[in-house]
Amino acid sequence: MATTPSSPALLPVSGEKGAVTVGTRSLSSRRAVTILGKVLFALLALLIVIWSVGPFLWMMITSIKPDRDLATLPPILPTEITFNHYGALFETRPFYRYIINSTIVSVATTLVCLLIGSLAGYAFGRLRFPGRLPLLLAVLVVSMFPQISIVAPIYRMFQQRGLLNTYEALIIPYNAFALPLAIWILTSFFRSIPVELEDASRVDGTTRLGALFRVILPLSLPGLFTTAILVFIAAWNEFLFALTFTTSIDHQTIPVGIALLPAMYHVPWGNIAAASTLVTLPLVVLVLILQRWIVQGIVAGALKG
Amino acid sequence: MRHRYSEHLFAFALLLPAFVLIVAVALMPASETLWTSLHKVSMILPGSDFIGLGNYERLLRDGRFWNAWRNTLYFTAASVALETLIGLAIALVLSQNFPLRGLVRAAVLVPWAIPTVVSSRLWGLIFNTDFGLANYLLRSAGILESNKNWLGEIGWALNVTVLVDVWKTTPFMALLIMAGLSTIPGDLYEAARVDGANMLQRFFQITVPLLLPVMLVAVMLRALDAFRVFDVIYVMTGGGPADSTEVMSTLTYKILFSATQFGYGSTLAGAMFITLLGVSLVFLYALRNRLEVD
Repeated sequence: MATTPSSPALLPVSGEKGAVTVGTRSLSSRRAVTILGKVLFALLALLIVIWSVGPFLWMMITSIKPDRDLATLPPILPTEITFNHYGALFETRPFYRYIINSTIVSVATTLVCLLIGSLAGYAFGRLRFPGRLPLLLAVLVVSMFPQISIVAPIYRMFQQRGLLNTYEALIIPYNAFALPLAIWILTSFFRSIPVELEDASRVDGTTRLGALFRVILPLSLPGLFTTAILVFIAAWNEFLFALTFTTSIDHQTIPVGIALLPAMYHVPWGNIAAASTLVTLPLVVLVLILQRWIVQGIVAGALKG
Repeated sequence: MRHRYSEHLFAFALLLPAFVLIVAVALMPASETLWTSLHKVSMILPGSDFIGLGNYERLLRDGRFWNAWRNTLYFTAASVALETLIGLAIALVLSQNFPLRGLVRAAVLVPWAIPTVVSSRLWGLIFNTDFGLANYLLRSAGILESNKNWLGEIGWALNVTVLVDVWKTTPFMALLIMAGLSTIPGDLYEAARVDGANMLQRFFQITVPLLLPVMLVAVMLRALDAFRVFDVIYVMTGGGPADSTEVMSTLTYKILFSATQFGYGSTLAGAMFITLLGVSLVFLYALRNRLEVD
């Protein structure tokens, strides 16, 4: 080759060839770096998933282990799958009672809160009146009240009115605490709806209240939906008020039921794991499906001030 | 003029149900707590004696109060700091584009949806002395020689409750930080890259300063929440061992409902109320510019 530099035209070609080799070498090392980066990134993402979901999975695994597998570790995985712990929940204690109570309280809280919150949200978002901003801020401050500071007076108030150990004893305070968040989210949603749409319906002779129910609310379905999920989950998870204002299984909710399963010694871990899985799984599924709405709600509630 | 007047009336009518509820179930009980805290209330004799700030003087001399106060501050500071760091890391990962991102994002939300009582049980199971996963993993890795009684040791119990709170509330932090990240224009990073700024420089000179306002809001909201902690402690340790995990809420609850000292219990509740009200007012004042924009 070197003996016959046949044509000068070949030189640039070989030169090009050399450039290409250099190019591929740097390209392949760069590719190695990006692949390494991708692997590290994937590991990081995996770590996040394990940290988030792992503990819950561990509880699910525990709930289907037979008793002999529970007292020691290993085995990590059950040697045999059993649903005895789930059965026990309904034999020894009517656990379904807690589920019914929680459902009634959470659904009622959500509905009342959406109704009252929509009315207030419409006023804050659409109407002009003196004291609008101070009142909105007052609502915000109430959401920061520590529950422990007001639990005793509410207890005595309910005691005097014979409301202790009723569903109302939970629905009323849950509403007071969920309303600020609902009002804030709905106010910002209502405000985002074009005024022209409402005006058009008003020209057609609809009253303001009619416009709220026929124009604003249907257009705010995403906002209502988001609010509903957040309020429902908050009510479903609340513990302090439920522990204080209800005293028997007739009205106690799931968190109280789970907290009051015996605690320190001879803990029926299998049953606790089964109960926890049972009441949390629907919530986890709900979150996985409704992720987008929930994210929107949390962000709107916290940052859309 | 008359039209505007009727609009005002209409607005107040719409607000009425919400405000009746908030006044009756939050404002009135809070004032009652403050009023009761100025009294000595006996469970045996009817009525109560006005003793002014006497209960508060007693509070300042009460070792149990200061112990709970310290634990609450430690719990709040430790959990909020960790949540912010982990939340930031998660948010940075999730703001990248990668396959299955939606799934990872959904997974991150799971702890947030789990009732605190359940997550306390869940971690109680993991930190069990005899068959807990934590001891098993640490022993397998050679870090621990024998099983540790995490919730029974004075130095460790409070840290375990912090971990539970961090696990449960990091998603909230991550979501808010992600929302903050999404508002930073991509051009800024592009421009910085053109100017030769490396990844760390871009992070500290663009991401951090622009994220600060959102982080501030998130940290304050979480701190106010962590300060009220009750569920985790009540379920996991009940305040023990030797009061080493007793926090303001659990101590107040015990004095109110186990010792039935309504006067002194209200003083603790009142002290907490005043503290949080003060902090949230300062918080709102700091945010007044954001609020006035609307």
